[in-house]
Amino acid sequence: MFFPISGVHLDPIYLVVIGFVIGILGGFFGVGGSFLTAPALFAAGLPMNYVVGTDLAHIVGKSIVAARTHRVLGNIDLRLAGIMVIGTIAGSETGVQVIETLKKGAQVDLVVGIVSIIVFTGIALFCAWESWTVLRLTRRTNRPPDSTQNRKQDVTAIDGFAKAIQRFTLPPRVSLPHSGIESISFWAILFVSFIGGIFSGFLGGGAGYIRMPAMVYLLGIPTHIAVGTDLFEIIISASYGTIRHAMNGNVDIVIALVMQTGAALGARIGAYLTQYFTGPLLRLAFAPLPLLGAIVIAQRLLGHHHS
Amino acid sequence: MRGTVLKLIIEVLIYAALVLVYLILVLHFLVGWLTQLSTKDPTVYAFVAILLMIAQAVGLERLASSLVQVGRPGRR
Repeated sequence: MFFPISGVHLDPIYLVVIGFVIGILGGFFGVGGSFLTAPALFAAGLPMNYVVGTDLAHIVGKSIVAARTHRVLGNIDLRLAGIMVIGTIAGSETGVQVIETLKKGAQVDLVVGIVSIIVFTGIALFCAWESWTVLRLTRRTNRPPDSTQNRKQDVTAIDGFAKAIQRFTLPPRVSLPHSGIESISFWAILFVSFIGGIFSGFLGGGAGYIRMPAMVYLLGIPTHIAVGTDLFEIIISASYGTIRHAMNGNVDIVIALVMQTGAALGARIGAYLTQYFTGPLLRLAFAPLPLLGAIVIAQRLLGHHHS
Repeated sequence: MRGTVLKLIIEVLIYAALVLVYLILVLHFLVGWLTQLSTKDPTVYAFVAILLMIAQAVGLERLASSLVQVGRPGRR
């Protein structure tokens, strides 16, 4: 099928299948899945500027479907999402500006790539170690890590860290009853979302693989609510990104709409599957995802080096 | 278990058929207009694009939900 906006021929079934697979991952882990979609679209022949913008447009649609399902399951903290949107958009703009500044110097791709590989590998190893530790401890004490009926009592191996951040007293402080947090500094939430936003601006996509674990480990949000809230927040930040990219002629909305037909089904399936996983199991399953992102970046860097 | 899988397969097939008709009919007619709009007025195109994506996402989610409801036993 010919897509005249970007001027490329692409197989629509290929697009639907990519959408479906990324949809399952997105609904289940609360991530945009750009680290898989971008290389898949680029490999099919879509120019890189269209890859970034079109992927963002498709993320909006997929996240709406997954977030609606998570809302039915009670996994979205609207107050938390509202605050995080501010930090993400500000961080995303900062990330874009930092990239523009770095572009003036040499080796920007290499610097950003190596930093990303280190961060992603660190997150993957940490998530794997932490969730495995919790699963082993709870198996020893013979008590389930968290039941699906009481998700607000999610357990992590480094609970003390989130509690220390919750004790950070800088006003204003907000209460997040839906996430089971009595009081937390507004600035702590803003800081976490700002860091996620910087990575989003740096690398494109939603950067859910940074924000989701950051919500769990730094803010103490239960895993299921972190997944649902992250998806809700992605709708707004990715919509903003889509509009900006579309204005610059980087979005082929027809490709995004075709992809979204598969993603809509996949995202629903992924979101429903979270019901059958406890918090630590979700985090253990999530661990290979940032590692996959690191591999994709390493492959791109090696490709650049060889060419 | 086998019944659930069969029901899921039927739901996916109905969904795929409906989406295929939607893609052929709606997108086929929209492509020309969207292409023109993207070159002539990128700002309007940007807002039309995001609105289309939101409308399709909500529509497909409703369609998938209604298919699940149809598949459930004891539905009024």
